[in-house]
Amino acid sequence: MKTNVRDVGGVQIVELKGKITIGSGDVQLRETINKLVDSGKKNILVDMQEVTTIDSSGIGELVGCYTSVTNKGGKLKLLHLPPKINDVLTVTQLITVFDVYENESEALGSFRA
Amino acid sequence: MSLSSRFENIEMVQHLCTKLLEGRNVPDETRHWILMALREALANAIKHGNRQDLGKHVHLEMDVVGDTLVIAIRDEGAGFDPGAVGDPLAPENRLKTSGRGIFYMRTFMDDVRFERHAAGGMEIVLKKNLGAIKEREENPA
Repeated sequence: MKTNVRDVGGVQIVELKGKITIGSGDVQLRETINKLVDSGKKNILVDMQEVTTIDSSGIGELVGCYTSVTNKGGKLKLLHLPPKINDVLTVTQLITVFDVYENESEALGSFRA
Repeated sequence: MSLSSRFENIEMVQHLCTKLLEGRNVPDETRHWILMALREALANAIKHGNRQDLGKHVHLEMDVVGDTLVIAIRDEGAGFDPGAVGDPLAPENRLKTSGRGIFYMRTFMDDVRFERHAAGGMEIVLKKNLGAIKEREENPA
């Protein structure tokens, strides 16, 4: 998996590309988010548009990231969920846990609300 | 066939399953979820069964019997109690970082069974009725 982080008005947009599966991308996701949290970044928007595959391990890491950001008083939201990943989050009812956006500017605005 | 306990082998097995399903009119959507269940079962055998011990193997059988895809995956581990895994939908488990693999297998396949194998290790048998899918596609309600 490849990651790219850009700062837009204090919101860290984490762009993920490729697989978030066991042994390939799951730990990388955790490390990327932890690094942001440890450096005091509290508003994180994870762009999933180019995530090709996710498994239960990747979902677990996403949940772990959500918890660690929330516990530090921050917010982690999701952007551009591919339909299959939306389905995977829906069947485990995690879709109700995450704030999910289809539009980047709308997602950025939600952090200011 | 037998595989070493490496996560890298998961995609090779998914490729073999894709080949097995070719020409059987399995919709892309259904194939996607079968491959996800297969991934979860293999990851379970490698991680929780064999604990990534490269000296242990994962044994795999995959076939279409009649209209049913049957996948049997056996590890060489000490076994575990699938009933002890908490319900990932329970509010107290919803934010746990693990415990969803078996749930996904059960969601996407028609039948999922766990058995301690006579030769040792735990065997997961996954079944999907491909005929029922074809019938639904041809005669939608």
